[in-house]
Amino acid sequence: MSVRRLYAEQPADFAFTQDNLQWVEGQIAKYPEGRQASAVIPLLWKAQEQHGGWLPEPAIRRIAEMLGMPTIRVMEVATFYTMFNLSPVGEHFVQLCGTTPCALRGANALKEVCRKAIGPERTVSADGKLSWLEVECLGACANAPMVQINYDYYEDLDPENFEALLDKLRAGETVAPGPQTGRSCSAPLGGDTTLTDETLYDGSVVGAWKKRFHDKHGEGDATDASSEGRPGDKSRPEAKTASGKGDAEARPDAGEAKPEKASKPGAPKKPGGEG
Amino acid sequence: MTKLIVDGAEVEVPAEYTILQACEAAGAEIPRFCYHERLSIAGNCRMCLVEVKGGPPKPVASCAMGVKDLRPGPNGEPPVVFTRSPMVKKAREGVMEFLLINHPLDCPICDQGGECDLQDQAMAYGVSGSRFHENKRAVEDKYIGPLVKTIMTRCIHCTRCVRFVAEVAGSPEIGAIGRGEDMEITTYLEHAMTSELQGNVIDLCPVGALTSRPYAFQARSWELSKTESIDVMDALGSAIRVDARGREVMRILPRINEDVNEEWISDKTRFVWDGLRTQRLDRPYLRENGRLRPANWPEVFSAIAEKAKAADPKRMGAIAGDLATAEEMFALKDLMGRLGVTNIDARQDGSALDPRHGRGSYLFNAGISGIDEADAILLVGTNPRHEAPVLNARIRKRWRLGGLKVALVGERADLTYGAEHVGAGTDSLTELVEGKHSFAKVLSGASRPLVIVGAGALARADGLAVLAAAAKLAKSSGEAAGWNGLCVLHSAASRVAALDLGLTPGEGGLTAPEMAASGALDLVFLLGADEIDVGAGAFAVYVGSHGDRGAHRADVILPGAAYTEKSGIYVNTEGRVQMANRAAFPPGEAREDWAILRALSERLGAKLPYDSLAQLRAAMFAAAPHLAAIDQIAEAGEPTFDQSVRLSSEPFRNAIADFYLSNPIARASAVMAEMSALRRGAHAEAAE
Repeated sequence: MSVRRLYAEQPADFAFTQDNLQWVEGQIAKYPEGRQASAVIPLLWKAQEQHGGWLPEPAIRRIAEMLGMPTIRVMEVATFYTMFNLSPVGEHFVQLCGTTPCALRGANALKEVCRKAIGPERTVSADGKLSWLEVECLGACANAPMVQINYDYYEDLDPENFEALLDKLRAGETVAPGPQTGRSCSAPLGGDTTLTDETLYDGSVVGAWKKRFHDKHGEGDATDASSEGRPGDKSRPEAKTASGKGDAEARPDAGEAKPEKASKPGAPKKPGGEG
Repeated sequence: MTKLIVDGAEVEVPAEYTILQACEAAGAEIPRFCYHERLSIAGNCRMCLVEVKGGPPKPVASCAMGVKDLRPGPNGEPPVVFTRSPMVKKAREGVMEFLLINHPLDCPICDQGGECDLQDQAMAYGVSGSRFHENKRAVEDKYIGPLVKTIMTRCIHCTRCVRFVAEVAGSPEIGAIGRGEDMEITTYLEHAMTSELQGNVIDLCPVGALTSRPYAFQARSWELSKTESIDVMDALGSAIRVDARGREVMRILPRINEDVNEEWISDKTRFVWDGLRTQRLDRPYLRENGRLRPANWPEVFSAIAEKAKAADPKRMGAIAGDLATAEEMFALKDLMGRLGVTNIDARQDGSALDPRHGRGSYLFNAGISGIDEADAILLVGTNPRHEAPVLNARIRKRWRLGGLKVALVGERADLTYGAEHVGAGTDSLTELVEGKHSFAKVLSGASRPLVIVGAGALARADGLAVLAAAAKLAKSSGEAAGWNGLCVLHSAASRVAALDLGLTPGEGGLTAPEMAASGALDLVFLLGADEIDVGAGAFAVYVGSHGDRGAHRADVILPGAAYTEKSGIYVNTEGRVQMANRAAFPPGEAREDWAILRALSERLGAKLPYDSLAQLRAAMFAAAPHLAAIDQIAEAGEPTFDQSVRLSSEPFRNAIADFYLSNPIARASAVMAEMSALRRGAHAEAAE
């Protein structure tokens, strides 16, 4: 973090658009009379959104007037929260996480990419398309390193795919947010390492333990063993039927759906179906 | 009441006390930076940490924790607080080390040096070394006006200044921008502050971040002689301390007087001292061929004696000014009486106030501290923000507590608190008296209403009718026993004493405006009377300290002493008798005013029978015994009015047009001139 100041060149004035004004009035109306100042953050946020991602000085003044606050109080809020940008940002504003997990996973290389592809930190590229800023942890450590571009997270970056991503953004092509390596969310890289047995999902292992038990000890013992601590199957006939059929049969869709899903790489797996 | 044990001593304090207050009540010293008795609690400096037994297992910020939140012992013993335990010592050393990490070691060039809280507390509670090897933080200095100089690297972020301007001064212009290490105190876009009380942030600042700009690098606190005195810039009589080096006043600071100014003073009071050095009259002058030439005392006395011999007492007169002490006004009246002159007046503005209506007709009867109890306030023809900023802060303090309704009849003004504007002129006042306005109900429903009448509302032809209407409004409503809500807010420090001493025209005498009319008199004595334009014709003798309006008009100038250069009694607007003391000597051949009058009286053949100030005081106390009771307010009694004057429909005008230039000393001050220009500029900008 560093000292944040208002930008040197400011627009002459600021006014909310008609739509935004309506939204703003709705926000102010949420708070009881005399507590309008509570709406200062939503208003500043909307002003920033309307003004191309940064907050100009007239907006701070106008919002202070709208909320009946001393201007310096709004200024305090605007300078306190680092998500309010006080100087212009690019059309695509890259917030690069440089905190420990991302740094360990190569965020410093991404910074180099930014410097090369965009320019120095906090400066908008000549075409106005891009600017970047190193920020603190954005809470997506499992997909480190990552950046936030406007409202979306772009994860699992490396210098190559990040540079490609920036090029695409610059060219105006559509890009897919999320992990850039093809994996879904934070699923294991390089495929699943556990719960990979196909039979887990086709219902074939349901009741398998019982079969193994029978093979080892014989039926009588099993009944005795199970009747020791709790009511036996004899006294609970329905229990025997239920355990024989298993949960997979009780939920008809489970047995069929699972194997299909399991064959799709990267799809989330739900352990289930076993008895 | 809550009982607790502080450092082994049992102490009983009110339940609403904080631990810090309780510790002070027990006699334990708690260091602090952000805590201030008259401001809200911030709890951000952490210097007041104490150890609490049974409380959290860590040091507790004593300024922000109430005694009622403390847990008693297992058998109901009172809670125990330690202020000198090893834990507290370690905590204080830690806090101090952190505060000093980013504080520059520039005490030798810092104006706060020698009277710095951080310096003192670092000596008392800190450690001798630092373990910090990195670079210190540096902060850009901010411009926040011509009065307060900033060296922001020294700031420790106690936020006292932020809280003061928001809470007491009522112009929330200072704020803390940024966060964490990058937090900075500034005004919005470094605009100059607009409060008339902004100088108080200099006193509040516990370090040298906010210092006095005019006083910058002028003197060290330990080389100044300190004199306790009374301010004369407004009629409040704020308690001040005049710091002088040799014969020069170097600065003026407030003293605590709970009944009058608490611990604030206005900027005019604080920064007027440079006006004490400029435009001074340091030798007698005599007008010859239309030009004033330097003269000596015998010369000018003979010139006056010559004129006095030739003049008819009916064509002679005397006007006392706004800054005169009671003693010199008494001497002036005595002298005029001996010369058979009845034309004497102290009301330069032509005020209708007159002692014959009773002392209660010209005092702030409820008392300045009475504002704290008021539940409805009507301001008539006054802007207290300019006429008495400290009093205005007191109204604001009461208003912030809630339950106070304020209305204003007169010029619209931003008073820093919500005041309903009833109307501009006497019509609105009549409406209130007749109960037609909604605020009349508020007044009549209030148990302790105040009707504050400004000097401007009384300095008109119908001034007496305005006063009578105000008295009626104050009386018709006040229900609490012993409450007198009629409050006259004077704008001149000398006025109440003048009225007490009867400096009003005697039988067939002329008032000040009548005396000032062209050709009304042959010889006029002006005792520091600078707010009145004396017309052509009269031979004017000016006794005063500054080359202002009166001196420009004068035919003879007798150089007198300013308020810091003489001992004298002033009576403030509530009737409190206060003694100002001499901090320095008048320049050159200038003398104390009473001594000038005494010397002159001998040459005029009407020798005043006192050779010393003590003798003069004895004579004055014989004539006006209540003046002997220093710091007391004598019983005023009910005012009586003869209802002969009718209200005109003219709108009210405030007594003071320019807060910064309201008296000869302020008009001689470069700082006040700068502030005035700044204010005018801001007004011009606002009008566009």
